[in-house]
Amino acid sequence: MADEKFKVTIDGIPVEVAPGTTILNAARQVGGDIVPPAMCYYSKLEGSGGKCRTCLVKVSKGSEKDPRPMPKLVASCRTTVMDGMEVQNITSPDVLEARKGVVEMLLINHPLDCPVCDQAGECKLQDLSYEHGVSQTRYEFKRRTFEPIDIGDNIKLHMNRCILCYRCVYVADQLTSKREHGIINRGDHAEISTFIENALDNDFIGNVIDVCPVGALTDRTFRFKSRVWFTKPVNAHRNCPTCSGKVTLWYKGEEVLRVTARKDEYNEVEAFICDTCRFETKKTADWVLEEPTSISKQSVIDANHYDVFNPPPVIKKNLQLQEANEEQLERTERLK
Amino acid sequence: MLSVKENTTVEFSLTLLDKFAETVARYPEGRQKSALLPILHLVQAEYGWLSVDAMDKVAAYLDIRPIEVYEVASFYTMFFLQPKGKYVLEICRTGPCCLVGAERMMQHIEDKLGVKEGEVTADGLFSWRGVECLAACGYAPVLQIGPEYTFYENLTEEKVDQLVDELKQKAQTK
Amino acid sequence: MARKLLLAHIDVPGIHTFDVYRQNGGYRAVEKALRTMSPDEVVEEVKKSGLRGRGGAGFPTGMKWGFLAKPEGVPRYLVCNGDESEPGTFKDRFLMTHIPHALIEGMIVSSYALGANTSYIYIRGEMMPQIRIVEKAIAEAKAAGFLGKNILGTGYDLEIHVQPGGGAYICGEETALLESLEGERGNPRIKPPFPAVAGLYGCPTVVNNVESIAATVPIVNDGGEEYAKIGIERSTGTKLISASGNLVRPGVYEIEMGLPMEEFIYSDEYCGGIPNGKRLKAVVAGGSSVPILPTHLALKTANGEPRLMTYESLADGGFVTGTAMGSGGFIAFDEDQCIVRNTLNFTRFYHHESCGQCSPCREGTGWMEKVLHKIEYGYGDISDIDLLWDIQQKIDGHTICPLGDASAWPVASAIRHFRDEFEWHILHPEEAQTRNYGLVTEGVMSSE
Repeated sequence: MADEKFKVTIDGIPVEVAPGTTILNAARQVGGDIVPPAMCYYSKLEGSGGKCRTCLVKVSKGSEKDPRPMPKLVASCRTTVMDGMEVQNITSPDVLEARKGVVEMLLINHPLDCPVCDQAGECKLQDLSYEHGVSQTRYEFKRRTFEPIDIGDNIKLHMNRCILCYRCVYVADQLTSKREHGIINRGDHAEISTFIENALDNDFIGNVIDVCPVGALTDRTFRFKSRVWFTKPVNAHRNCPTCSGKVTLWYKGEEVLRVTARKDEYNEVEAFICDTCRFETKKTADWVLEEPTSISKQSVIDANHYDVFNPPPVIKKNLQLQEANEEQLERTERLK
Repeated sequence: MLSVKENTTVEFSLTLLDKFAETVARYPEGRQKSALLPILHLVQAEYGWLSVDAMDKVAAYLDIRPIEVYEVASFYTMFFLQPKGKYVLEICRTGPCCLVGAERMMQHIEDKLGVKEGEVTADGLFSWRGVECLAACGYAPVLQIGPEYTFYENLTEEKVDQLVDELKQKAQTK
Repeated sequence: MARKLLLAHIDVPGIHTFDVYRQNGGYRAVEKALRTMSPDEVVEEVKKSGLRGRGGAGFPTGMKWGFLAKPEGVPRYLVCNGDESEPGTFKDRFLMTHIPHALIEGMIVSSYALGANTSYIYIRGEMMPQIRIVEKAIAEAKAAGFLGKNILGTGYDLEIHVQPGGGAYICGEETALLESLEGERGNPRIKPPFPAVAGLYGCPTVVNNVESIAATVPIVNDGGEEYAKIGIERSTGTKLISASGNLVRPGVYEIEMGLPMEEFIYSDEYCGGIPNGKRLKAVVAGGSSVPILPTHLALKTANGEPRLMTYESLADGGFVTGTAMGSGGFIAFDEDQCIVRNTLNFTRFYHHESCGQCSPCREGTGWMEKVLHKIEYGYGDISDIDLLWDIQQKIDGHTICPLGDASAWPVASAIRHFRDEFEWHILHPEEAQTRNYGLVTEGVMSSE
């Protein structure tokens, strides 16, 4: 039974997946436009998903055995496939209409302060709104507001921007031993908070920044330094005693403005990184550079794209670094 | 973040700790977090509200993170995270009660006590607030007063006046 | 006189005590079930009875019990849902206050049927007096040997504990209730898995309403078939109706399923009509969540048939001209009540009670409240009605739990049946502050 596969059709495209796979992950195996957007689901965080409702899809046929359609749209991130299931995502006007509604809901209390938000350019809510939203809001009331606060030396919380995906809570629960922050209050008064003045301080807590789909949790060491699309991401690694040490360095000129985990095409980190790598290791000399990070053509960061790795001068000056980056330098030479 | 105006430190009495233990015994081994809501009720009945220190001590007792207590206490409307009056009049403000005059009764309570919803009277005796359906719609309008949540049904202006006066007297004689 | 099963002895003095309850035939069902029936036979009787969940969803109780997974070596739980919070509903409070042993007896019978050895009764925290009453009843039953180890010498063990809620309507949703019972925020779980497979502490669990559990007592005593003889179609047995609003005699009534709504409202056996010589304007038949109906559709279906108090008849016409049985929270509105104001009130309730987990409900309920507030207080725009309609559509069916739907339906039905009243509010903002639009007469949809 180990290699048993379920046949599923998503927007008319057949795919075979292992039992227990969710509709969303089945769609990711196909890839492309039929992959439902996910603002709260995060494959590396247990229990995540189901909350934002952006990934709603229509199950037009339940399974081969029971072909009845499901009565309501379902969250594709938390619904597992059945053999013979037929799913409609972008081919269903109902789904698109519902998604438009969800995006509108997510935006009614959002400050739309993209011009001053560090997340702009790599914000999933921004992408979602471009794709599914409407250009004008129908919401005419005062938005819910909170004061931005520092939670710890390195992390800034802009609760106004939060969409309550709970990812950061799962990070603290699953990656650290002492969760200091959580969701307090309820309904649209719910907020991410430490409740009492309490600094988030833990070897892995910086990952909350990477998992945050919006600009609610940002890196204070990168704050207002540059728009992301003016920075150049380069994959690098180092021998880190705490984490995998595999990161992306975001360069502006010769300066590393910030360090993040490497992210895949669904904006999920490949491996969580420790706070020492993220906040305290910002000299090129600390890293072995690999290659330019691949950036989706749709991303605004790609506007500044470059295929050729232009090694920062420091590498040329330092023999040790030259050796460490030998392979990369050779490739750069070849590409020239 | 909530503004936590005061943080009264507490020391749970042995009687209270006995009640905690009795509560925890209702659940399977390792599921002591289930006792959180009953224990918060016990603590609030004792001190009138839940200070951060009280919540931290509950967390320590149940061997959970303090934030887990804050999360829960702030989710449920019965828990007070700020000090309140000795008597908190909680009047139902949901549909069926409003059909038979709950809004008028709320106005009357405000006038009678001379404080707005959520505020405490100068003598520290009273607070009042509108709460959602108390499941007593057939006896509307209704109000309740903790910690035993005694019910007062079919309210009229006279009944409210009488109740407030009685509570004032009760507080004085104590 | 209609047959009474749950409240037959309600007028007996001292019926809340064990002794009086026992003298009036109480705990016979426990003796019968534990001594003469296997657990599966009890389940079978409940299936035969056609009993449907009395908490609101109306799902067949026997079928729900049949879904319970029974893996070896894993405890199973019965959790009673006494988080009665649906506006208009107060039957469970009534039952627990006046005849608590009916619940305890039902709990023992049901726990036995499901193979549970520890059961919990989750009662909303505001009902502290009822919590005390039920705790006392448990102690009495235990002292009499109906709870604890080796009940009646049959070898069956059962402990029942009462769990107080903390003030959250959402905990009436069964998975939110389980979260709350585990000491968590009342966030509904994402299903599947359903509680029958992974419920309390990850173990197979059945969650039943107070009234459903109490109803198992007459079912065991008289047999499921006898119970099913009462009522019409798939609405069997008796139902507790909480009657509130503008009625001469509001209160809790036990009715036989199939009673015409008109009789329920106007007969002297039940609510006795509308007070102060006023006329009936609208009815919410099953708690605030179900669609509101104007009088003509409440008393008769769109086909002109008398509207009966059954699951089927109330739902006749779907949501276009019908409503739902819900939890049996019957709210009557007289001609002076304002539908816009009431819709605002209900919507504020759902906004206040939204757990905030999923976006359409968290954001949408607050948005609807603000728009309704604007209309009610004279700042509305005609386009706001369509906006409201659109928002409720964007919530309905798109949320994790039924609270989203429950917030959408009252708004949708108010607009559907009383659109002219919304329009009048918007077009006559000043007048709307001082007087009510009044009755909508059948078939007339003028905007003055």
